[in-house]
Amino acid sequence: MVATQTTAFINARLVEPESRYDGPGALVVREGVIADVVKRPDFGNLSDQIRVIDCNGAMLAPGLIDIRVKTGEPGAETKETLKSACRAAAAGGVTSIVIQPDTDPAADDPATIDFILRRARDIGLVHVYAAGAATKGLEGQRMAEIGLMLEAGAQYITDVDRPIVDSKVLRRVLSYAKGFGALVAHRPADPYLSDGAAATESEFAARMGLPSAPVVAERIMLERDLALAEITGARLLVDQITCADALERLDRARAKGLNVAATASINHLSFNELDIGDYRTFYKLTPPLRAESDRQALIDALSAGLVEIVVSAHAPAPAEDKRLPFDEATPGAVGLETLLAGLLALHHEGRVSLVDLIRAATYAPANLLGLKAGRLTPGAPADLVLCDVDAPYVLDADSLLSKSKNSPFDGRRMQGQVLLTMAGGKVVHQARD
Amino acid sequence: MTNQAVGIDDVRARTYAFPAPHFISINDINRPQALRLLDLAEGFVDLNRKTAKKHDLLKGRTMMNLFFENSTRTQSSFELAGKRLGADVVNMSARQSSMAKGETLIDTAVTLNAMRPDLLVVRHASSGAASLLAQKVGCSVINAGDGQHEHPTQALLDALSIRYAFGKVEGLTVAICGDVMHSRVARSNVLLLTMLGAQVRLVGPPTLMPTGADRWGVSVHHDMRKGIAGVDVVMMLRLQLERMQGALVPSTREYFRFFGLDREKLASAAPGAKVMHPGPMNRGVEIDSDVADDPLVSLIQNQVEMGVAVRMALLAALAARLDER
Repeated sequence: MVATQTTAFINARLVEPESRYDGPGALVVREGVIADVVKRPDFGNLSDQIRVIDCNGAMLAPGLIDIRVKTGEPGAETKETLKSACRAAAAGGVTSIVIQPDTDPAADDPATIDFILRRARDIGLVHVYAAGAATKGLEGQRMAEIGLMLEAGAQYITDVDRPIVDSKVLRRVLSYAKGFGALVAHRPADPYLSDGAAATESEFAARMGLPSAPVVAERIMLERDLALAEITGARLLVDQITCADALERLDRARAKGLNVAATASINHLSFNELDIGDYRTFYKLTPPLRAESDRQALIDALSAGLVEIVVSAHAPAPAEDKRLPFDEATPGAVGLETLLAGLLALHHEGRVSLVDLIRAATYAPANLLGLKAGRLTPGAPADLVLCDVDAPYVLDADSLLSKSKNSPFDGRRMQGQVLLTMAGGKVVHQARD
Repeated sequence: MTNQAVGIDDVRARTYAFPAPHFISINDINRPQALRLLDLAEGFVDLNRKTAKKHDLLKGRTMMNLFFENSTRTQSSFELAGKRLGADVVNMSARQSSMAKGETLIDTAVTLNAMRPDLLVVRHASSGAASLLAQKVGCSVINAGDGQHEHPTQALLDALSIRYAFGKVEGLTVAICGDVMHSRVARSNVLLLTMLGAQVRLVGPPTLMPTGADRWGVSVHHDMRKGIAGVDVVMMLRLQLERMQGALVPSTREYFRFFGLDREKLASAAPGAKVMHPGPMNRGVEIDSDVADDPLVSLIQNQVEMGVAVRMALLAALAARLDER
């Protein structure tokens, strides 16, 4: 992925998340890494050997790092392949993705992790990482080969959407992973309360006659997870926190000094339960969309730094899985190509500063996983996104590069056009015209 | 209600174009439109009591009954309504259909749609199924029950039954009792009866009450005697047997003790109160036979009669809309 020609970006609005700098800047890329960064519009005299890209004031930021991406490879290639996901990522300004282990077969052994990483290497677009399953077959019973998967390159351990019901099993996973210094992600949802639910329990869901689960199902499981993280001393990642109630518990645990981080999905930051409207299955998600008050609390938590990481929760589902009655439809939404614009919406609304939004999808996840990307500093990999943060457009899901078009942003007015994406110094996406 | 004999010409004159392309929810109509539909249905009640019941308002029209859930009452009611108006009626049930072979709801609907029916009557176990179909087909879709969402023609026939018994709906108090949570009949009735100016109470154990039902413009009661005190109509709902025996209520006998309708509990309703049930009844579970079979208090047989008339009115109005095109 190494490009030989040296490239300079000048006249940029540089958004550097590590130092939280947002201002004029220029940057040089040489041999796949960032060679130099200045906080003025250009370098003055540049050798004519250097290719110069005039950013015209567009935002230059680290390429996004999305640590929660599902594809259908291996096992369900009609939904999404690694290649189509990489293309979608590049188009969305995402330069690193972490593939979730709920593939078929599940990525619960080093061979499957290795398969995913090797397949991705051949594609050579964006950086592809993998997460390994916590339990065999994601069944929540017997521990998977955590050590061997980490050795094969797994970034963290998770059973993805399936909570580990048996507290003893999760305790052992946390304890064992701690021995390797590994991070364990867990979705907080009491399965007894949330089994079979298609929506969040509310007056609205009741009126629609939808099977629903109360929002406390999240808090109940989170409290257990936090207690287990406390006694094991393991690193816990709360997967997709969504509600005010749970945020309050997270805040308390952090104050107590627990080594716990949390992600929020762009969907839960962008939509609420009423978006389901007339049974629109593109808004059927796991966890289900919450009340507007919970969405507001989540945005506040992001702004305050309580929730540090935003993910797309990219979950491709083809039409045949979505064009069904609501309770039969597959949950999930594609998000690689809308993550950046979704984040920018919170900037345009004045809710969260631009640099903090970028940080939540670059430096924060890089820091969590120990990646060198996600910052604009000399020596960091040249993973960059150049974006006109104001450019308006109406999203047409059919124009997405993902094989599946299940975007809840379909038909929405968005702002933020990706002009260029660079991964490892190579241009992997460039806007037409 | 009119005392003069109503003939088909009177009914024809009353027929009007339905305001919406489909009838999925009570929310598709407003109060004057609901009243107009009930007026039209009254005409059909009279016509149905005559020997010559067959008319030609739907002549040349094709109606398909697509029932993914078993139903005797509703399906035959729609079938009879269509046939009495002269439509060609085709019945499809889930077991005969290719749904059993794994075809999706939409594929089935699109296939049937290609046969160019004019009216598609749908019942499905999932909330929102009728709405989904309506987005994908070119004919008029009538919701004959979608999951736990709505059953709008049932609400209309209930309103018509109440109007026949009391001469009005406005100002009456109606208690809807039992498994409100899982009941599409209750949801449609809450919408329609409150729209028509009735006061509605929901009565049942908290485990069978939907979240936030107190914000539906109704009052919620967990004590049946208090809940039906002074009401004009007691509408009982069917309790699915699998939901008893410890799941949502401890046992059949405990349910009957606290929420089953018998003479003793009915005594706390207003004098002359009427009893309704959408059927099929679980006798001795939610309702005592003694009450259900008493023609002085029970409107249950009237409901069935009104069902055919209401569906004829709806079909005639939808067909009139099609004729306008």
